[in-house]
Formats: sequence, structure tokens, C-alpha cells
Amino acid sequence: MIPAPFEYYSPSSLEEAIELLERFGEDAKLLAGGQSLIPMMKLRIIEPKVIIDLNRVPGLSYIREEGGFLRIGALTRYYMVEESELVRRRYPLLHEAVSQIADPVVRNMGTVGGNVCHSDPANDLPAVMLAYGAEMVAVGPNGERVIGASEFFRGPYQTDLRPGEILKEIRIPQAKPRSGGAYLKLERRAGDFAIAASAVQVVLDSSDRFEYVGIALTSLGPTAIRVDAAEKVLLGRSSSNLSSINEAAELAYKAAEPVSDLRGPEWYKREMAKVLTKRALLKAVERARSFTG
Amino acid sequence: MGEGRKPLRRVSITINGKRYEAEVEPRMLLVHFIREVAGLTGTHVGCDTTNCGACTVLMNGRAVKSCTVFAVMADGAEIVTVEGLESDGKLHPVQEGFVEEHGLQCGFCTPGMLMTSVWLLSRNPDPSEEEIRRYISGNLCRCTGYLNIVKAIRYAARKIREEGVSPIPRFTPEKPGRG
Ligand SMILES: Cc1cc2nc3c(=O)[nH]c(=O)nc-3n(C[C@H](O)[C@H](O)[C@H](O)COP(=O)(O)OP(=O)(O)OC[C@H]3O[C@@H](n4cnc5c(N)ncnc54)[C@H](O)[C@@H]3O)c2cc1C
Ligand code: FES
Ligand code: FES
Repeated sequence: MIPAPFEYYSPSSLEEAIELLERFGEDAKLLAGGQSLIPMMKLRIIEPKVIIDLNRVPGLSYIREEGGFLRIGALTRYYMVEESELVRRRYPLLHEAVSQIADPVVRNMGTVGGNVCHSDPANDLPAVMLAYGAEMVAVGPNGERVIGASEFFRGPYQTDLRPGEILKEIRIPQAKPRSGGAYLKLERRAGDFAIAASAVQVVLDSSDRFEYVGIALTSLGPTAIRVDAAEKVLLGRSSSNLSSINEAAELAYKAAEPVSDLRGPEWYKREMAKVLTKRALLKAVERARSFTG
Repeated sequence: MGEGRKPLRRVSITINGKRYEAEVEPRMLLVHFIREVAGLTGTHVGCDTTNCGACTVLMNGRAVKSCTVFAVMADGAEIVTVEGLESDGKLHPVQEGFVEEHGLQCGFCTPGMLMTSVWLLSRNPDPSEEEIRRYISGNLCRCTGYLNIVKAIRYAARKIREEGVSPIPRFTPEKPGRG
């Protein structure tokens, strides 16, 4: 399968990429890892007239803690996150999610920025970013704009990015002592998109009560779903109270809006929202209790 | 920037130590560059939808699905394909492993499976069965049931450790790759 012809640009700076995006508008598509874009172009689901390849823009690939955030450059490939000792040790939710995206060979190409910008309801990182309360840093003709994850994911394949904007960085609040997270994903077979998945991030206070809770779901609606109601129920409550955790899982069940498809019937996915959220909460709490910072 | 308007782009891609330069359409996939421009047909196209891994090659030392990379993205890159594994008539330890342990039947998945195995062994010279299965999860085999592939990779791992060789072939400019 061969994509439709296109004009190809490989800018060597962000400024140049933004200029090209402005110039070609809707005709242009940005290319990152290509692991969603290229298959879609081959199937001719999309036929962009212009491709702007970000792979040769320097300075977009990094993982570092700075200024209260874990900062990840948009072009950082999954394998870099997976192999990062810093992420493995301090950001288990991110590590667990990235290590379950697609398969190891796809993970050598796919990027963190591409995952959140593609915003497929089955992409794993949107829910992770919602659970962390992360921020997306976009740059465009009018400079930089910081967008909270809750505003960023608008719908299937839709983000808050405006025409001419490029995602530059993702900022995850820096891991505090007694924080922990987990990503529980159910797949039909190795390397597949999720049937359902739940992302949980928590911070506990000195008496083991929930000080922060982020819960979000993958593949369970038109876009990643943040389960605010469940977060509210848990805040301030003891993390040893199993009935609160069950209550939160029940609220995930209610928040899910799955549809029946080849990955399973609607009722089953809804049940999985509950089961996975409960297990992710228990795992996140266990991790938070032993994380000293 | 007017340069991008040209329908063709000049790319230079090193495959198995030999440099190939060509004017290509930007939409040309790396796998087609390898098969049609370089004439190296060991790299297969299976699903063409990024699922099967038959087209796996090494790009700058990492396994990638070459049906899902544009040739222009590989401009300046070092590619290793299955043809680059054998050296001076001697099979690479992973090739030997697949022969000795019957790691193939029809052989269609084998070139990709070998390249992923080489990448795996370059990362981890002594992988457990579970690690092997995780690494090859993006490479599908419809024949073997994977058991002998796992054995073949363990065979190769042992051999590479014993001989202390580098899993990823090294090419010198004086010794160009075939093709
Ligand atoms: C076999 C297979 C299995 C997969 N399984 C999973 C899975 O389990 N979970 C999962 O989450 N994903 C999965 N994927 C998708 C994969 O993770 C893609 O890598 C991801 O969806 C897109 O990232 P990319 O870097 O490849 O982006 P590309 O494909 O290059 O781009 C995707 C979209 O994002 C836009 N974009 C990219 N970067 C930017 C930026 N910096 N600013 C603005 N827009 C940008 C592009 O214009 C394009 O519209 C799978 C893919 C394959 C082929
Ligand atoms: S042909 Fe490339 S993954 Fe199947
Ligand atoms: S040997 Fe036939 S597909 Fe693997």
C-alpha cells in the first residue's frame, strides 16, 4: 500500500516548522514517529498534501525534572521513557503505560507527543496525562500556550491545538514523597490497543489519607475520560478504606461510555472499567505508601 | 524551503555498510527503498499495516518496521537487513540458532524475526524466555508456534556470550555489503 503523493518538508527548527504549518494550513500534517500517521496514509484514510517532518527539529527529545515538573519533549520516543531509570523509579504510572503501548518494535519509533496529539480514544497516554493532571505546552505563531490535560483532549482524534500550533513539551507534576500510580490495561493479545484500561495517580498525606487522586480511562468513550466524581469521593478519605475504593470503582463504571466492537461488548467493557480502576487504585496506594521520594 | 516543492528528494541511506543514493518520492517507504532501490529482497512485506514485523530492519541499531518509515526519514541512517547478518560465508549466531533449533517453517517471518532477535541480544545478552517473548511480540509467526523461535534465540544468546562477539554486525567501508 502506497500513500497518496505529498510534498515533504523537514524543517530544522521549531520556528520553521510553525511557518510551514501556517503557510499550508489544513493541507499539512506534522509527522512524528509515524506509527499512526503512516498506516492511515497507506490506507488512504487521510491524504495530506504536505508533510512536515518534525524528526530533524533539534531539542524536542528529552526527559528531565526541572522547575517542579517532569518535562518530556514531544519527540521523545517511547523506548526512551521505557528505558529511563528516572521514570521507572519515580513515575510508575507513566512507565507502566508506555511499556504496554503497541510492541517493542513500534516503541522504537512512536513518540509521547504523537500519542497525545493523535488522541485516538484507544491511545494510552491521554488517560495517563489526565490522571497526572499534566500540562501540554504548545507553540504557535503567537508564542507559547500551556494547556491543562482536562482541556486538551476534546474528542476522538481532536485536541485543543489550534491551527499552526505544535506540541512542544509535556509537563507532569514532579513526583512527591508518598505519591504513586498504576496503569492497568486489558488487551486481547500482545501489542494490541486496550479493550479497556484505567490510569490512577495518588498522593497520600502523613496519615494515609488521599491528598491527590487522578483517575482516567482509556478505550471507554469517545476520548479518554477523567472520572472526577471518583476523585472527589476519595479526597481526604483514608486509603485503607476498601469501601471508598469500591465506591470510586463503581463511579468509573458509571463514567464509562464504551461501545460494543470487535474488542468486546459494551457491558463487558463497563465491568472492566470497574475492575481495572479498583485494582489500579489498590496498586497505586501500595506504591505511594512505600515511595519516599 | 522551496526545495521541498520538488517531487523527488535525494536520500542517502547506508544498508549493510554500503551507501545507496537515490532520488525518491517522499512517499516511498523504507521497505521499498531496501527491496527496489537497493535490490535487497530478504526484507519481506507481510501485513503492510505495522502488525506483523516481517519488514523489521535495524535503523541506527534499533529494530523498526520498515513498512512504516518513509525512506526520507531514514536519510543518513545506518540500516542493517537480514543480508547483512552473514559474514564471509559464516552464518550469524541467530541464523545458526534458527537452523539448529528449527526456528522456522515457511520462513516468511524469519528475516524480521532475526532482526528483532539481533536487536534484543544487543540490549540483553542473556534474556529469559519471558523477555524473549516480550521482545518478539511485534513479530508474528503463523507456522512455528514460537516455541522453537524462543529456543533459537536462546541458542544464539549462548553462542554470542561464548564467542564474545557483537550481535549487531559491524561494517567497514572497505567491505561493502552485498547488493
Ligand atoms: C501495531 C500498532 C499497535 C499500536 N498499539 C497502540 C497501543 O496499544 N496504545 C497506544 O497508545 N498506541 C498504539 N499504537 C499507536 C502508536 O502509539 C502511535 O505511535 C501513536 O498513536 C502516534 O505517535 P507517533 O509519534 O507515531 O505519531 P504520528 O503517527 O507521527 O502522528 C500522529 C498524529 O499526531 C500529530 N502529531 C504528532 N506529533 C505532534 C506534535 N508534536 N504536535 C502536534 N501534532 C503532532 C500528527 O500530525 C498526527 O496527526 C499502535 C500502533 C501500531 C502500528
Ligand atoms: S509488513 Fe511491516 S509490519 Fe507487517
Ligand atoms: S515460519 Fe512461517 S510465518 Fe513464521
